[in-house]
Amino acid sequence: MLWFVLRRLGVMILTAIVLTFVVFVMTNLPPNLEKLAKSEASVRMSDDAVVSWIDKNGYGGPIVGRYAQWLGVAPGWTRTDDDGTIAGRCVESGMSLDNAPRFCGILQGDWGYSTVFKKPVSTVLGNGLAATGWLMFWVMMVMVPTSLILGVLSGMREGSRTDRVLSTFAIASTATPEYVSGVILVALFASATVGISPTLAEWGWISGKTLFMGTATSAMDKITFWNFTLPVMTIALYGIGYIARMTRASMTEVMTAQYIRTARLKGVSFRNVVMKHALRNALIAPFTVIMLQFPWLLNGVVIVETLFNYKGFGWTLVQAAGNNDIELLLACSVVAVFVVLVTQLLSDIGYVFLNPRIRIS
Amino acid sequence: MDALSWGQIIARMAMQFLPVWIALVVTFGISIRFKRKLGLYGKLYDSPVGMIGFGMVMFWVFTAFFASMIMTHDPLTQISGMKNVLPGSAQKGTEGAFYLLGGDNLARDVFSRMVAGSRLVIAIAPMATVFAFMVGITLGLPAGYYGGKLDVVLSFAANLILAFPVILLFYLLVTPEIVESGLPQYLGVVLFLFPLIFLTVLLNSRLYVKPQLRNMLVAAVLIVGGWLYLSLLSSPDTKIDLLPAGIDAITLSGNILIVFVSVVFVNAPTVFRIIRGLVLDIKTRDYVAASQTRGEGPWYIMLWEILPNARGPLIVDFCLRIGYTTILLGTLGFFGLGLSPESPDWGSTINAGRRLLSVYVHPAIVPALALMSLVLGLNLLADGLREESLKD
Repeated sequence: MLWFVLRRLGVMILTAIVLTFVVFVMTNLPPNLEKLAKSEASVRMSDDAVVSWIDKNGYGGPIVGRYAQWLGVAPGWTRTDDDGTIAGRCVESGMSLDNAPRFCGILQGDWGYSTVFKKPVSTVLGNGLAATGWLMFWVMMVMVPTSLILGVLSGMREGSRTDRVLSTFAIASTATPEYVSGVILVALFASATVGISPTLAEWGWISGKTLFMGTATSAMDKITFWNFTLPVMTIALYGIGYIARMTRASMTEVMTAQYIRTARLKGVSFRNVVMKHALRNALIAPFTVIMLQFPWLLNGVVIVETLFNYKGFGWTLVQAAGNNDIELLLACSVVAVFVVLVTQLLSDIGYVFLNPRIRIS
Repeated sequence: MDALSWGQIIARMAMQFLPVWIALVVTFGISIRFKRKLGLYGKLYDSPVGMIGFGMVMFWVFTAFFASMIMTHDPLTQISGMKNVLPGSAQKGTEGAFYLLGGDNLARDVFSRMVAGSRLVIAIAPMATVFAFMVGITLGLPAGYYGGKLDVVLSFAANLILAFPVILLFYLLVTPEIVESGLPQYLGVVLFLFPLIFLTVLLNSRLYVKPQLRNMLVAAVLIVGGWLYLSLLSSPDTKIDLLPAGIDAITLSGNILIVFVSVVFVNAPTVFRIIRGLVLDIKTRDYVAASQTRGEGPWYIMLWEILPNARGPLIVDFCLRIGYTTILLGTLGFFGLGLSPESPDWGSTINAGRRLLSVYVHPAIVPALALMSLVLGLNLLADGLREESLKD
């Protein structure tokens, strides 16, 4: 078991290094750097000035060297101008070369400076992740129980009417990407002209113009039922169908197993068979699926945060990518890749841990 | 002139879709008549779910085909006074012309844009899926069959791509700076090579015993395929500008090629994993051992023994994957990546419409429902196919 975890960790670290290097190369292509130079220094710079700006600010030189500096395994660049001023990757204003640290990369916790938000990347990213954390928490709270119940209910008696209805619902929800379900939900519940809100307002059941709020910006300060339901439901809907189908497949398989028939023949009630014998075995497969849903949720988060204007991690990623904020985009990619890899690792370990057949062999 | 009521709007839309209804009736009539002779496709008509799904998919296929007859207005023309008008509004000054599903915030007809958008989706999504399958099959077969180092390297590469969140990958591939550097086109150079390799190996492994026929067919594939390959890739004023305009058969407008490449790139690793898993399972069967004993070459076994026996799950996955590709195309449009802003594809239209969503719902919800119905149709079709293919 330990050897398995160590080997998986090794592969994970290798993957992380390769992926971050690819992202580093793609965000540091010459056109990006030119654009950065023009936006940071002056828009009307001559081509020569752009080249010298890039060189002076440590964006010149071989890409592997710059990657190593960014990672924090090579000493940061330093430069002494003719007039004696000292600049460098790790040198902040007022520091001399001697008391500045030699290494400053993400391994040392130095994530750089965001050019869009004019703040350190770690602050921007921290705020975004905290906001997204709340979103993810509520999505999980809605998605996991709902989908497991739906899956177990429809897998319990395969081919029954409940099964047909629930399966159709599951297919419909997997066929609705977040940007479609978001639009439909807003139209139904958060529009002043169509959907159910005008009727409710006419009857005097709601005080505002709409039932739910169409944006989640106010949820940044205070999460309420009215501003957070639509974003949470939008993300959860897409995942519910998928997890429910997996649970259903696993449940139907378990229900046809020999030991279930034995238990039924022994006279155990259907309810007890499902609760005590079938459920535990049927929930192993959905566990991995739920863990592997995290990367998909990341996608959903980006779409939903853009749609509902909720300033979390996904919104930050879109801002960074759209505004050529190299350091912020790199940091976002590191977080995203890290989330994906860790969930893969956890789902593998969890699967082995939960499934005695694999654990013993 | 008065605006139309909802009943009139629906009646008029049904009239506009008349060619589609006729085509659907003809397709279903002929198929049901001969369903016992049509193999798996015919069996689809035994499953209500599959039939509904197939109907929804074919509705959009025929809509794309007859788009020019269905559209009431030009999808790009702006008509003054029609900005954000509600569904059923009459066009001022022109007798008998209506914006059936309203106007968007640039005063264009939402209905015509939805119909025009189906063209883009129906053209790109299945083709991109075919290409992804070619790449996945060509790499997945040897990875599963030979195993060993080849498998380790290819699986690692596939997992690398899969570990990227899709949206981040799109932002990295489709931003103007990257497009300017030509990277997506170089990626296309590699990815589009796989269909050629696939077809050549497919023919060669079967026909190497008849060299004359083999030479002729392989030469034909290489010449026609190579020409298509070059004309698909080369477009004027980019990094790859190989063919002169005279023999450049396909010129893709705007950034469609780049969108196409990135969608193939995202889908290929998943197909690779599915194929690899299927091969690992099938290669232990007796008929594979039998052909190995017969002395067949490895590629013959992979392409003509293993692949046909993996067709059931692959056909089902193909349908699901077209749906997923449609979703990906919508995602690209939603973030304003790749396609030009005035393009009528559903993702871009949703993106344009969502800004005024709380006031004017119709510009965003029409393409949203269109996209949803197509993907739902594909999923139901896949479900029906799976059910029917499991029956024998």
